[in-house]
Amino acid sequence: MLGLTKKDLQLMLIVTGLTMLAPFILNPFPESSGMAQFNAGYPDLMQRFVIFGIFAIGFNLLFGLTGYLSFGHAAFLGVGSYGAIWMMKLVSLNVIPAIFMGVIVAGIFSVAVGYICLRRSGIYFSILTLAIAQMSYALAYSVLTPITGGETGLQIKSTDRPLLSNLAEGETGRANLFGMDMRQSFELSVGDWLFTFNVGYYIAAVVMLIAFYVSIRIFRSPFGLMLRAIKSNQTRMSYTGLNPRPHTLAAFVISGMYAGLAGGLLVAMDTQVGPERMFWTASGEVVLMTILGGVGTLIGPVLGAGVIKYMENILSKINKDVLHEWFAFMPDGLEDFIVFLVYPFIGKGWHLTLGILFMLVVIFLPGGLVEGGQRISKWIKNRRKAKDTGGSTEPAE
Amino acid sequence: MEAIILQILNGLDKGSAYALIALGLTLIFGTLGVVNFAHGALFMIGAFCAVTFSRILTLSRTVIDETQTDFLGNPLKVDVPYLHDLFGQATGDAIIDWAVPLSILFTVPVMMFVGYAMERGLIKHFYNRPHADQILVTFGLAIVLQEVIKYFYGANPIPTPAPQAFAGSLDFGALLGFDPNLIIYPYWRIIYFVFSAIIIGAVFAFLQYTTFGMVVRAGMADRETVGLLGINIDKRFTIMFGLAAAVAGLAGVMYTPINSPNYHMGMDFLVLSFVVVVVGGMGSLPGAVLAGFLLGILESFASMREVLEILPGLNQIIIYLVAIIILLTRPRGLMGRKGVMED
Amino acid sequence: MSKSNFTRRGLLKTSAVAGAGLALPTIFTAQSAHAFTNEPTGGTVTLGFNVPQTGPYADEGADELRAYQLAVEHLNGGGDGGMLNTFSSKELDGTGILGKKVEYVTGDTQTKSDAARASAKSMIEKDGAIMITGGSSSGVAVAVQALCQEAGVIFMAGLTHSNDTTGKDKKANGFRHFFNSYMSGAALAPVLANAYGKDRKAYHLTADYNWGYTTEEAVRASTEAMGWETVAAVKTPLTQTDFSSYIAPVLQSGADTLVLNHYGGNMVNSLTNAVQFGLRDKQVNGKDFQIVVPLYSRLMAKGAGANVKGIFGSTNWHWSLQDAGSKAFVKSFGTKYGFPPSQAAHTTYVQTLLYADAVQRAGSFAPCAVAEALEDFEFDGLGNGKTLYRGADHQCFKDVLVVKGKENPTSEFDLLEIVEVTPAEQVTYAPDHPQMGGPEAVLGACNNGA
Repeated sequence: MLGLTKKDLQLMLIVTGLTMLAPFILNPFPESSGMAQFNAGYPDLMQRFVIFGIFAIGFNLLFGLTGYLSFGHAAFLGVGSYGAIWMMKLVSLNVIPAIFMGVIVAGIFSVAVGYICLRRSGIYFSILTLAIAQMSYALAYSVLTPITGGETGLQIKSTDRPLLSNLAEGETGRANLFGMDMRQSFELSVGDWLFTFNVGYYIAAVVMLIAFYVSIRIFRSPFGLMLRAIKSNQTRMSYTGLNPRPHTLAAFVISGMYAGLAGGLLVAMDTQVGPERMFWTASGEVVLMTILGGVGTLIGPVLGAGVIKYMENILSKINKDVLHEWFAFMPDGLEDFIVFLVYPFIGKGWHLTLGILFMLVVIFLPGGLVEGGQRISKWIKNRRKAKDTGGSTEPAE
Repeated sequence: MEAIILQILNGLDKGSAYALIALGLTLIFGTLGVVNFAHGALFMIGAFCAVTFSRILTLSRTVIDETQTDFLGNPLKVDVPYLHDLFGQATGDAIIDWAVPLSILFTVPVMMFVGYAMERGLIKHFYNRPHADQILVTFGLAIVLQEVIKYFYGANPIPTPAPQAFAGSLDFGALLGFDPNLIIYPYWRIIYFVFSAIIIGAVFAFLQYTTFGMVVRAGMADRETVGLLGINIDKRFTIMFGLAAAVAGLAGVMYTPINSPNYHMGMDFLVLSFVVVVVGGMGSLPGAVLAGFLLGILESFASMREVLEILPGLNQIIIYLVAIIILLTRPRGLMGRKGVMED
Repeated sequence: MSKSNFTRRGLLKTSAVAGAGLALPTIFTAQSAHAFTNEPTGGTVTLGFNVPQTGPYADEGADELRAYQLAVEHLNGGGDGGMLNTFSSKELDGTGILGKKVEYVTGDTQTKSDAARASAKSMIEKDGAIMITGGSSSGVAVAVQALCQEAGVIFMAGLTHSNDTTGKDKKANGFRHFFNSYMSGAALAPVLANAYGKDRKAYHLTADYNWGYTTEEAVRASTEAMGWETVAAVKTPLTQTDFSSYIAPVLQSGADTLVLNHYGGNMVNSLTNAVQFGLRDKQVNGKDFQIVVPLYSRLMAKGAGANVKGIFGSTNWHWSLQDAGSKAFVKSFGTKYGFPPSQAAHTTYVQTLLYADAVQRAGSFAPCAVAEALEDFEFDGLGNGKTLYRGADHQCFKDVLVVKGKENPTSEFDLLEIVEVTPAEQVTYAPDHPQMGGPEAVLGACNNGA
């Protein structure tokens, strides 16, 4: 079905199910419990999960398949965002043209960058991409202020009058899809649980599913195979009479367009762009997401993006008072001691936890979280096998 | 003319910091083949060794001074360093004043140990892993190290001044026959430059003229053969890692009077030092030093008012622009060898 | 951790929602349920404290957070009441806001506009925050202010000094108590002319981003009006750490005064470098060379150590002020935390009280009602003398402190001494002043949200 093998179709269906049911899955704890702190089912974070998922999928298409480690991918995200917001400010508040604009601008930019950077490989390629991204950031922050808004970035203002809109005098435009406001939500309250179904999230989620589907097709296509050949041995590939350059450039541009798509979606969900989006740490973040989840796997980058964004948004909000509430049931001395132990790792210490997590994953799970999952399932299978020696539960492949 | 001489001085000074960091980075890469993203963190730890040492020197007992009040109107608590008790006020203050140069003695063993522990505890397990894994694990380590420092020392910069004797600046122009005050340069920055030159020279001499250095160089060129000769190259490489850490640490210690250290100074230097190393050519020690000074000087020239009037924003991008141009014209940087880090 | 649903907060919350929840599944749109975004329904109201907890401004953020916690304590009737006793408006009585107990959530802005907006959004969408406050940079303030305008909650800016926050980028739902670049320039210029004479040649080093531009513009305009001449203005990258190549050519330009339009880490480094070069020991044009730092932050100035001695600058507030309000605040903050508050702590504490008071006076949490209560509100007793929250641009007008690095500090907090308190009239400007975006900058209409 859909040109996918049975296994890929299974994966696609699982991902579809997870994203569509995300408002339930991410809000497992009742509102009034102390654990509600860990709920992630609110629109902004759900949107970020899928958008950074797209970004990481795109990055993985380049890094996972060709092995070219771009250290400046955030530049495409940023450029796409700037393209999208200008589209909204000038032409239409509908998100579709804005997102398209983001993809196109990022695509053009990545053709230029790819043409220059792909002349080199290995770390030289990484440094070239890094240099271009840092230049984009520095210029957007300072000299290009008239176009980029500089430090304070760009937002839609009440004075903006896009061509294709009929805003009342003094009304601030809002991103919409044929009149549907991105921020509109339906809320479902069941007992003590509150689930939010946000229009923007579902639009972003559908886009992500399409992006995910396209990435599976690329992985399984002859083109994908060619890219893997580049990764394993470029010299041998050129000996067979194939020129690797156009293929790598194509992969680079596709990857850049994915980043532009993510950038455009970010603007569609939250109409604001700032230059930090292009800083090298942002480029580093997508590398971390991909490696954390599992390089070269289909689902890995999405998982990695989810974990990092979850930590950034949930862990950083836990403060000392919240900790004291959690451990209030303990005797006072013990409570203080536990809080003292835990406190450095949460709230303002969330970077520390992130750093430790990376180290642990890289040291023990070189294949990322996906490898972790595989090891666990293998372990369970083996145990089961050991139990009923027949191995009858083994699914046919 | 004065302006150009001045910017060359600036460039040499900036360049000496870049060169020192890049040198350590290249030592590790060249010997162990490991891309160490935590190298900036080592620089930062070195700087905090100076901070820690000056805190140790100023360990104090509290005396209550009834004649003055603090911000709440209570009697003021005055700290009296134990050094005053030990050596008397004048000598005590003089020792505290010299905290930064003295902390070199403290930093070298600490950094050697940090480097040794890092190599044995973590890096060793990554020799045969892909470069991406090395980058990620050392990047994770860099985050952890800087967050630990932040936890203990806070996020704000901590002033660590140079000894009073080196405050102020030398009128360099007057020595060369220009009008006074046209070319002045701070004493401490001149010391920093001389210090870096000595360290760089010492590292090169060590590699060039000692048996140990010769074995290490042989190991860099062909590790397997050296191993087959029955030489325990791993042990020597561990020592080299300690040495590289010490070089980074010393660069950090001496840098503290120039800019007050803060916990993220390592990250500020990280990207830059990688650009320097790559421009110089991965694995080439002379390349790293050359690129450090080259980028330092170009950066200084790009920040001149006369240049910025013609090309606004050039100072923002100069380093990266130069890196791109050099990498496109010289595929392996200034002095890189073929086949290193190209896969 | 598994037991955590039995905690105090859990119990409180359960009792609050017991009546509303537990029914059969109901589906409703967010719009129809509330009169405005996050209308508080239970016995509590949630404020969102969005401050930098990671990155270079983390210490400043931590100080802001301390002040917020103190403000919440005082609003809920705890502690010694702090500035509630000296505040000219007597509406707040220590029973929370409109009888609702004040709770708060915290977040990390990372001093990045994206992260700050993400954090503010989670407070609004997840935690039901009715007001967002905090921040330590103008980029973040402008980004979060725009978000609050869209979402329909009130934004009480923290430390933001750029003219743009209440100038070019002002918003009807956003309010700033902190002073701005224009005020710094207007307050500093007469003091500088007095101390250093009227025929100075100034050399500006300016951080290359919006705040730097507005500060340079303000200081230039007001010093040139006093008769100073601007020899040159050079922009420095934000990411610069070593300023030697910018400072070295200063003496060659014939300038006799260096103005450092830098903040935070940039300021610490550029000032340290300038002093290193011995600029202050030199004589140019027959005058002693001088350095000026338009915006001082005591927390950051500490990083520059002895280099700040004798250097003029301006600040929003300083703990050594002797009015009743400042003394009360320093006392409760100092007693609780053991050191005096920073200007960031002061402005955030005051903003929280002002918001609470406005709600109390308006009798409603609805943003438009609160905004109306804050507009053109005159008050006293919060540490800066008589203050006006101007309705036209939501900027506070109050006295500005001109300070100087202290020669003989008695403690690590005693870094600045107040040279002059510039009266509010002298720093007041028209709402459509060209530096504030001119007549094109509009406040817009207030937004109550859903």
